[in-house]
Amino acid sequence: MTQRHTRIIAVCGIAVSLAAGAPAQDPAQRGLAVAQEADRRYHGYGDFTAHLEMILRNSRGQESRRDIRIQGLEVAGDGDKSLCLFDSPADIKGTALLTYTHKTGDDDQWLYLPALKRIKRITSSNKSGSFVGSEFAYEDIAGQELEKHTHLHLRDEVLDGTDCLVIERTPVVQKNSGYSRQQVWIDKAEYRTLKVEFFDRRKALLKTLMVADYRKYADSLWRPGRMTMTNHQTGKSTELIWSDYQFQTGLKAGDFSTDNLLRVR
Amino acid sequence: MSAQHVAYGSPPVGRATCDGRRAKTCAVLRPVSCLFCLVSWILCPAAGLAAGTTQIRGYVAGEGRYFYHYPSFADQERSNASVAAQPEYYHRWDNDSSLTFVPFGRVDSTDPERTHIDIRELNYDYIHPEFELRVGIGKVFWGATEFVHLVDVVNQTDWVEHIDGEDKLGQPMFEFAKAGAWGKIDVFILPYFRERTFPGLKGRLRPGITIDRDNPIFESPDKNNRWDFVARYSRTLGPCDFGIYIFNGTDRDPLLYPTTNDQGQPVLRPFYQEIEQIGLDLQWPTGNWIWKLEAIYRHGYFDGYFAATGGAEYTLVNVAETGTDLGLVLEYAFDDRGRLATTPYNNDAMVGLRISPKDAASTQILLGWIQNMDDSSKVAVVEASRRLGSHWKVSLDVWNFMGLAPGNLYYSLRADDFARLELAYYF
Repeated sequence: MTQRHTRIIAVCGIAVSLAAGAPAQDPAQRGLAVAQEADRRYHGYGDFTAHLEMILRNSRGQESRRDIRIQGLEVAGDGDKSLCLFDSPADIKGTALLTYTHKTGDDDQWLYLPALKRIKRITSSNKSGSFVGSEFAYEDIAGQELEKHTHLHLRDEVLDGTDCLVIERTPVVQKNSGYSRQQVWIDKAEYRTLKVEFFDRRKALLKTLMVADYRKYADSLWRPGRMTMTNHQTGKSTELIWSDYQFQTGLKAGDFSTDNLLRVR
Repeated sequence: MSAQHVAYGSPPVGRATCDGRRAKTCAVLRPVSCLFCLVSWILCPAAGLAAGTTQIRGYVAGEGRYFYHYPSFADQERSNASVAAQPEYYHRWDNDSSLTFVPFGRVDSTDPERTHIDIRELNYDYIHPEFELRVGIGKVFWGATEFVHLVDVVNQTDWVEHIDGEDKLGQPMFEFAKAGAWGKIDVFILPYFRERTFPGLKGRLRPGITIDRDNPIFESPDKNNRWDFVARYSRTLGPCDFGIYIFNGTDRDPLLYPTTNDQGQPVLRPFYQEIEQIGLDLQWPTGNWIWKLEAIYRHGYFDGYFAATGGAEYTLVNVAETGTDLGLVLEYAFDDRGRLATTPYNNDAMVGLRISPKDAASTQILLGWIQNMDDSSKVAVVEASRRLGSHWKVSLDVWNFMGLAPGNLYYSLRADDFARLELAYYF
């Protein structure tokens, strides 16, 4: 789950050569180039830890919260590893979710249930399910490996005063996604995702994600402080508030082993 | 994580004042103030939580059980109410070692055997870069399947808690573990044996004859003090997780031996044989399926036997775009002792449906059906739960025993259909 948001962000971006006025490419080439550049800029973090506060709101405005500590690790030549540790609500305190994303094929995922001290393997091929009851699906959070989508550059557009590239993203394996396509707004200056529109399988607008309060860490890593996902069909929304970002904290592969799930607190 | 590093770096209050001209006074006061700081650092939940080094959590729960048939046996009651609590204290030093303390207690209105306390965990865990060492009372779970837990051998079942057998008594242990890219080796020495708990005379969900829990029979001359041993190798290989172990010790599953007590009344005395057991557990996801297998071979005082349980779980995500996830569980359990098995699940098929609406209250409903393939015996189970606010959780369990045949181990439970409602406060 760690790189979820960052992944989304990463997918936006345009090749430097394009911005500099290099020869025109077709929309697919350009879309891929943007996604690759955003992915490149997102990476290089090594490892990180962060705190995530999740606020779920229903259509009547009732709120419920979750507190999650997240750590992530870049893996050379493969998808990233992440560990989510729940601090609240109290009944799921200590529950942990370990994910190994892969560039191709199904990700690996384990759930640790502290009451039973049980490590449960969970299926991860279909990522359209809700993440802990929020408006974020697993795929919004962890399924954004470059190789799992095709990309298309649609147009350039100004979004709230920021020059953006608008990219269309389509899942390679349709049956494992809840979306027919996504439309992503990426700012031209830093390749940060500012907005995503999600279209359901009937091609109707399902959700909109707004990403805000970006801050630069470790000289080159842009990370958002706030992400708001609104479901237009149910009226529900989920806000993610990111804080306490730390990079290069010295985490190792062993910190992301299934064995370590028994020890994480 | 980040927060705890900050906390480790921040000096205790007492040390900060120890400078310059006040050094002399401080030299005297230092041990006291540092001790005070240490104690307050450990005990203050707010500071501890912020530091990520001390955590306190747990629950207090009220429970009511209602048995909707008249009891089969004299002394048994129609219902019971109880209160249970399980706080948990955890402290970690320097990321290397930790202390965990988890006491548990229940007070029950009708069954004195169900009124009990236990130390679920009280252990010191030392983490070295090369190995891990745990000493104290601990809990270990091994297994893959949903309905029957066959390979889970370390902890004794706290049977009086719940008939699902998932509550366990704390087990005294020394654990040595070493992990690497090649997998993980876990070696346990278990220097004390815990006897299984059973409902008392007034309790339901018990055999017709009293279980004389106070007079168990052990095959081992050392009785409870036999040192049991288990070594397990586990690994994730490709998409597959598996574990294989060998256990040498006293069987956690007692045979209930019919005899008479000192007063000449018929009783069942638990007989604990010494066994050697090998066990295998495996979880293998492919697409939306997860294949699961648990198998054991056990031999000891009685003839050796083989038992296995396995099956698959299929997950339907976001059914018809309702947001609801459905999990379909199909499992089968086999025990080659047949009718002589110490488990009712000797040739049984299980079907389960897990419904997760993925709402903010984490509502979860599990419907289960267990069908014996040799006779008409079947068990229907409903387990439902949801969160109320951010600290409360309500759970409803319903167990129905149907068509129990006289030879079935659950035959004495034929009138014990029950509903259990629990309201728990988590902190």
